[in-house]
Amino acid sequence: MNIVNSMKLSFLSKSVNESFARAAVAAFLLPLDPTVAEVADVKTAVSEAVTNAIVHGYPDRFGTVSIDMKLTDTGKAIIRISDKGVGIPDIEKAMEPLFTTSSDERAGLGFAVMQSFMDRVKVRSSPGRGTTVTLEKNIIRAHIKPVG
Amino acid sequence: MVNLTYENGAVTARLYGEIDHHIAPAMRAEIDSKCESCRPARLILDFSGVGFMDSSGIGLVMGRYRMISLLGGKLEVVNIPQNLKKIFVLSGLEGLGVIR
Repeated sequence: MNIVNSMKLSFLSKSVNESFARAAVAAFLLPLDPTVAEVADVKTAVSEAVTNAIVHGYPDRFGTVSIDMKLTDTGKAIIRISDKGVGIPDIEKAMEPLFTTSSDERAGLGFAVMQSFMDRVKVRSSPGRGTTVTLEKNIIRAHIKPVG
Repeated sequence: MVNLTYENGAVTARLYGEIDHHIAPAMRAEIDSKCESCRPARLILDFSGVGFMDSSGIGLVMGRYRMISLLGGKLEVVNIPQNLKKIFVLSGLEGLGVIR
């Protein structure tokens, strides 16, 4: 499996950037020739991960949210979304459906959506140092050809 | 974002565009304000114009269910586009019996 294309993006943890982040990821995915449903899955999962970074990573201040995205020659998209915020003390608990620490009408479904819409979800976090969520999606129809 | 009408005891909120954590609070405020002034028997959330939604949309529906129940009304969710069905199924909202 070789990386055929990659990009990095970083932006301030402002909620207005949620739509920018998912649109940028969706645009970068297009050379893998995804279906409309696959693009929607990736956009939704990215929106959840970026929202988590903004809401939970930086509850009291603005910080940087970074996206590192790679496409492979096997048609896989690997998207790493990270923050340098407060971190998650108990990842297992945070990933339980309907669990939320927020009072702002969050459904507590963020990780459930990521797990259901992507092929693989990995979470690494250190309290006080930040969180990295890695999302992987195999684009079924991807042509195995060099991108660009 | 949201288009609100009141007719025959029902508030209809036609949602359009994208629903995420950035947009949802403003939608919520507009819908709640209309319902608090009209006290409708039914609140209808029409999703036909929504092109994208993450779990913030589910939170919006759950919150409106609580709000309208407290006001003594009923919630109906209508016209869910095909591309949003997956997240509605995952949310378990079908169990509330509000989806038409």
